[in-house]
Amino acid sequence: MTTKRVLLAAAALAITGFATGAQAQAITEIKIGTEGAYPPYNNLNAKKELEGFEIDYMNDLCAKMKVKCTWVVQDWDGIIPALLSKKYDVIVAGMNATPERQKRVDFTDVYTSTPIAMVGAKSITSTDISPAALKGKAIGAQGSTIHMNFLEAYYKDSTIRPYPTQEEANLDLLNGRLDYIVADLEALESFLKDKGKDCCKIVAEVKRDAAIHGPGVGMAIRKEDAALKAMLNKAIAESKTDGTLDKHAMKWLGKKAIQ
Amino acid sequence: MEKYLSLLSFGDTGWGDELLQGALVTISIALATLPFGLALGLLVALASRSQSKIISGLATLYTTVFRGVPELLTLYIIYFGGQILLQRLWSGLGFSGSLSISPFLAGMMALGLVLAAFSSEVWVGALNSISKGQREGAAALGLTRGQAFRLVVLPQLFRVALPGLGNNWMVLLKETSLVSVITLQDVMFIATRANVATKEPFLFFSAALLIYLFFSILSAWGIGRMEMRANRGFAR
Amino acid sequence: MRWCEAPGFYIGHEVLERYGCRMADGLVLTLKLVGISSTLGFVLAIGLGLLRLRGPKPVRYAIAGYTTFFRGTPLLCQLFLIYYGLGTFRVFWQDLGLWWFFREPFYCCLLAFTVNTAAYQAEIIRGSLQALPKGQVEAGRALGMRPTAIFLKIEMPQALLIGLRPLGNELITMIKVSAIASLVTLFDLMGATRLAFARSFDLSIYLWAALIYLALVEIIRRVWGLMETRLTRHIAMR
Repeated sequence: MTTKRVLLAAAALAITGFATGAQAQAITEIKIGTEGAYPPYNNLNAKKELEGFEIDYMNDLCAKMKVKCTWVVQDWDGIIPALLSKKYDVIVAGMNATPERQKRVDFTDVYTSTPIAMVGAKSITSTDISPAALKGKAIGAQGSTIHMNFLEAYYKDSTIRPYPTQEEANLDLLNGRLDYIVADLEALESFLKDKGKDCCKIVAEVKRDAAIHGPGVGMAIRKEDAALKAMLNKAIAESKTDGTLDKHAMKWLGKKAIQ
Repeated sequence: MEKYLSLLSFGDTGWGDELLQGALVTISIALATLPFGLALGLLVALASRSQSKIISGLATLYTTVFRGVPELLTLYIIYFGGQILLQRLWSGLGFSGSLSISPFLAGMMALGLVLAAFSSEVWVGALNSISKGQREGAAALGLTRGQAFRLVVLPQLFRVALPGLGNNWMVLLKETSLVSVITLQDVMFIATRANVATKEPFLFFSAALLIYLFFSILSAWGIGRMEMRANRGFAR
Repeated sequence: MRWCEAPGFYIGHEVLERYGCRMADGLVLTLKLVGISSTLGFVLAIGLGLLRLRGPKPVRYAIAGYTTFFRGTPLLCQLFLIYYGLGTFRVFWQDLGLWWFFREPFYCCLLAFTVNTAAYQAEIIRGSLQALPKGQVEAGRALGMRPTAIFLKIEMPQALLIGLRPLGNELITMIKVSAIASLVTLFDLMGATRLAFARSFDLSIYLWAALIYLALVEIIRRVWGLMETRLTRHIAMR
């Protein structure tokens, strides 16, 4: 009996030895996590397929890096915890590289940076969106985003409402529960072209605060995956010089990727 | 009216088929949780009657915790924590790569742990109702403890525990609505998605309520039948 | 440092310290929600329970339908129906001057919780009233008491005693179930905890929230037990 146990233990150790050894090889497969509810960056269309600026861009990069990429859809609130618990290896979901997030995860170089805007009803005449002017108003944003952090930091006298997805925040603006919403300009423009056409307009642009908003959108990876980060950065740099990045940006965002 | 009927239809533009799929997910997670929760509940009930103070203390701690913490919170803790725990175990054993807990599994575990806590109370009440004479008789017949439990105690236990367990099931059915927050595609999740896409909340949430009501009424009738059958041969 | 930051500071848990005050505010909101809805629900339930037993037939059926509906479906679904569903009738409510109510998630939650707990409490009160020995009411009539007096002085006190334990359980259930208010943008205790987790990704903040809910539930359980012991002290066998 004891000899059997010893042999089994030895076999287990040998396997673990092989397993850890295997980690040093080159990366051939990457699992990508995204939200799938943030047009035009990433969205699930009516046929339940992923589409958007980041989908096309990342698939292009994967082809160039010669790795097999699989996409995993994850709700926004759990997107970083799932990365940390290895459900996938990289997040490509319009995620800004804020200093706060950088405490837990690493980011690649910035591949797009978007202006931020506040949207409200068409009837609003003033363009003043300072905290004093918006005192007591209801402002909504998607939870766990830089916009939420921004509202929390500056708009302490307003009623702040968090939503699980951008769409639900848009919905509450439509039915009058919210006075304003804050989000990335492109996401808001996509809403204003479609459901928000009749009710709402962009009230003003929000100035980016580097401490809260970070330098721009990057891909998030676990801190220990240095090799993956280097590979991704190389591919991103190439896509900037050979025009792939701007090609996709023009198609989906209607402008260049980095302004 | 026609608009509502078409929104509820099957096919690409209608949400009827999605709602039915959601109903299927709801009933399957409830059915999957049931045996797990009831079995664990029985174990906890037996533990709470144990002679060892440590074991019975642990059982009491378990029921206090899982009956006192909101189910939504338990769900979040299992969903996020379970993934982290599993990953640590997996890497600790030396395997590279990843293992992930599906929302279904996380929901099943969370709801099962809560069901176990509530059903253990029912099991304890039922165990208390079995007279000592039954066990003594089984011992006199030469049955081992395990055989005595399986062949003599358990069948009688079921009859007494059935009403309480029936209530547990009804609560479980409604609790499954919480798994929509960890993105499991049950009735609530589909109704919420349909609402966001079509802006018809009254239609879809009413439809969802009717689906749950249907399951509730069906269960109440089914449990009533089971009680009648279990009680046959007993004077009332 | 504020009092609500102190526990986190002394335990040495950074996230708890930073978000302790928000969680304290959340706890107050939870208590407000549960307190108001349970009390209103109780008042409603007395009337509903009574009507369910002694009202005209259509009323009895209507109330039975109401309790079956609200006890047989999840509170989450009822809440979403009220919050999202009734929220779409903005023009209608504005005409009635009630938009301020349906606009706010707090009031929508209050409405949903009250209607739900009233259904459960109505059934508890009905069951308790039915469990009373008929002799009590007959004795009251023999003494020449008016029906209202019989109800208020004989039936209700005894029924409440019978229903004390189930009503206490219902209160505890309401506290646990109030966590779903966080799903309609309210910063109750659960909502504040989710915010803290979203900023820090520290799972242990959820465990602290669990501890707070547990403490709350245990306090209520103990207080209720004391109340039960004191109020049933005249009953020899309990």
